[in-house]
Amino acid sequence: MLGVGSFRRASGRLAPSSMRPSEAAARAPWPLLLGGLLVAGLALLPVGYLVVRAMGADAGALDLVLRPRTLVVAASTVALALLVGAGTIAVGVPLAWLTTRTDLPGRRLWAILVAVPLAIPSYVIGFAFLAALGPRGALQGLLEPLGVRQLPSIGGLFGTTLVLVLAAYPYVLLSTRAALLRTDPSTEEAARLLGDRRRTVFHRVTLPILVPAIAAGGLLAVLYALSDFGVVSLLQFDSFSRAIYVQYQASFDRSLAAILALMLVALTLGVTWAEARLRRRAGAYAGVGRNTRRPPAVVPLGRWRWPALAFCAAIVGLALGVPTGTIAWWLVRGAGQGATIEFAADGALNSLILGAGAAIGSVLLVIPIGLLVARYPSRVASLIERATFTGYALPGIVIALAVVFIATSTVPLLYQTVALLVIAYAVRFLPQTVGGVRSALVAYGPRLEEAGRTLGDGPIRAFLRLTVPFLRPALVAGGALVFLTTVKELPMALLLGPTGFDTLATQIWDAASEGFYARAAGPAAILLLLSAGSVALLLRAEEAPR
Amino acid sequence: MRSSFSVVLPASLMIGLLAAACSSTGATASPGGVPAASESAPPSAAATEMPSASSLSGTLIIYSGRSESLVGPLVERYRSETALDVQVRYAGTSELAATILEEGDASPADVFFAQDGGALGALAAEGRLAELPGSTLDRVDGRFRSPDGVWVGVSGRARVVAYDTRVLSEDDLPASILDYTDPTWRGRIGWAPTNGSFQAFITAFRVLRGDDAARTWLEGIQANEPKVFESNNAVLAAIAAGEVQVGFINHYYLMGQLAEQGEDFPVRNQFLPNGDVGALVNVAGAGILTTSRNPAAARAFVDYLLAEASQRYFADETYEYPLVTGIAADPRLVPLADIAAPDVDLSDLADLEGTLRLIQEAGVL
Repeated sequence: MLGVGSFRRASGRLAPSSMRPSEAAARAPWPLLLGGLLVAGLALLPVGYLVVRAMGADAGALDLVLRPRTLVVAASTVALALLVGAGTIAVGVPLAWLTTRTDLPGRRLWAILVAVPLAIPSYVIGFAFLAALGPRGALQGLLEPLGVRQLPSIGGLFGTTLVLVLAAYPYVLLSTRAALLRTDPSTEEAARLLGDRRRTVFHRVTLPILVPAIAAGGLLAVLYALSDFGVVSLLQFDSFSRAIYVQYQASFDRSLAAILALMLVALTLGVTWAEARLRRRAGAYAGVGRNTRRPPAVVPLGRWRWPALAFCAAIVGLALGVPTGTIAWWLVRGAGQGATIEFAADGALNSLILGAGAAIGSVLLVIPIGLLVARYPSRVASLIERATFTGYALPGIVIALAVVFIATSTVPLLYQTVALLVIAYAVRFLPQTVGGVRSALVAYGPRLEEAGRTLGDGPIRAFLRLTVPFLRPALVAGGALVFLTTVKELPMALLLGPTGFDTLATQIWDAASEGFYARAAGPAAILLLLSAGSVALLLRAEEAPR
Repeated sequence: MRSSFSVVLPASLMIGLLAAACSSTGATASPGGVPAASESAPPSAAATEMPSASSLSGTLIIYSGRSESLVGPLVERYRSETALDVQVRYAGTSELAATILEEGDASPADVFFAQDGGALGALAAEGRLAELPGSTLDRVDGRFRSPDGVWVGVSGRARVVAYDTRVLSEDDLPASILDYTDPTWRGRIGWAPTNGSFQAFITAFRVLRGDDAARTWLEGIQANEPKVFESNNAVLAAIAAGEVQVGFINHYYLMGQLAEQGEDFPVRNQFLPNGDVGALVNVAGAGILTTSRNPAAARAFVDYLLAEASQRYFADETYEYPLVTGIAADPRLVPLADIAAPDVDLSDLADLEGTLRLIQEAGVL
């Protein structure tokens, strides 16, 4: 009963077209709206910086950017985005279902293993793949006795897509998992009782409920692929982020780089628009919340358990096994050559501080955004939400330079401090928390809070006492995601940290960029352990709502 | 307690940043509040041109585009020899150059230690580098320092052809880089066209032989289907793995591998003879920012890099060419004097943009 009520209410609230936007916006309390606008303003600062820089370009520069080559880069970037989106969904959704709803042997262990690749920096993954699957890599070594002298190159669109899918599918996996765990099993059970076969139930009931979560995860995965520089540079794929980097690096021309970066922002807006459309079309199902504490029935896999296990093992082997194997090999080889394996504690501690600070910051910033979008939907609210994504696909170097420019000219005292770096991370990675918090708020609805207020609570007290406990799983999950991406982030840490401030990521980079792989292995191993811990935290938060 | 800190700080910052976003359009000059660069000498510095190390005090901030793995020990020694608080920011050379340009007058950096001349040229073009004392500049040959005297080369790196000794001997290799456009080299070449030193080489090519010749060469190599790599190190590894047979890289990568893997490492360098354009010598160098708050210490550090012990460090530890005359390079290298490096200003920015355009037009990037 309760389920149907919340269903109606939520679906009504999710369809902004049914309300006059101005009326709905007027109903949002002004401190909330102001908070949302300030967060959106912060998120838009890098784009503002790019506009300033792009206006500094001369006319000759413009035709350099507008030549056919730029079109080719744009087309390759779009192709990469589409393929990574499709690939991460094809990998992430089945894994989410297998690790939540089935009797897959070792399900809980698989749940952690398939999520951990999120923690590995993309340059480590890219490097590991070149070392393992390159033309004369480790795989070729194994095949040598069979007469295989050289494997085809793994560069180009295919190889880049493969590596980025393996790096980014956990975004789809995690958001789909969260939705599966939140969904009230009674809807599916009703369909079963009405005579639908299990497969039909999945297509007609489960999948539509999952679409918004899949879209939100796919959005993060695609934007991750657009912003990535490590993989595209190692595999020599000409995407926007590589073109932007080449422009900075070869000619030191920030105006031309800014124009390319603005094109990437335009592409980002297109992707977020597509995601919002997909979510709105599925809106009728989006609000189905879990109002029973009953776990859903476990689907017996039967003889399908073997293919299912093989699938999980293949993905974990590629996404986790290849990079950790490479790190282990660096360690072994380094030890064999007498290199001392260093575990510098300061880098780990600094990474921990940055990651925790950014996670807390994002969680605080996302609350006004989530409340606006879920409780007071309006055009302004969705613009605010969209604004937080604009800079998300920009390569780290662009964000870092924007912050350098803005901070030195406005808050020089904060420049190159941990505080500013933490704020920059919190804003940049905010989109990773938005989807989860929005869905959770939509799912639980304002009823409890309203009840609390009739009993005499103030609005803030009612929110803290009654809604926050419900939100906690989403907040912890979002915060853990921000933590994971912060600890592996490189360009901002290099340029915006206090001078002489090492993180795990900068230690790995320093050693690996000069070919001292044994020295990179220590911090890389700590990074993996730290991240595996936060993945475990994230999964526990999701499995125990309340 | 934590939440009040976290809320108040971002809120005040947001307001500041929003104000900045509105006010900073177009203007790169820093608004009030940031102390403008002053020429005022630090109080303790003696008036002499070369203060002794012990008379220096305060903080010295170095932006280093050379990695800590390579130059960390050198900086560490300087730190122990002076009373200065020496702080180093390590990052990529081009990222740091861009950072200094964005920081403008508010840059905290005193010294920029760069991997290549182009980055120093970018700062010089924007008036970010101060003139160095003649006594510093004179220690290095005129080919390896800025024509305006605002930066000085510290160590040299030569372009070489690295080759697989299992399939080639030095006699099999052409005497000029130009000959690698011959179809017999199809599928056998590795290169790293996004690399700064590769682009410097193309710039020199254009200056010496003209844009058309450079384009023809690039297209000729491209027709031979070279394997593209992300870095010089990757090219070298590909030669060792037998994936390609020759690679156009800098000389010192091989020296590092020989030290690590022994003389059995199946790759050697060929230094192209007769002043071939393929034998360009690039520099890593340093400059002092006009906005330095401790110019005396900055000058002392640049002099330290050119001191005999430091130059020996580059010869012995990074296998580069010492640029101060009278200090010998690794004996396995062709002496610097015997490499006819073309007389090219590698920090000329108009040329850098032109080079990038040429490389892209040839379909290489």
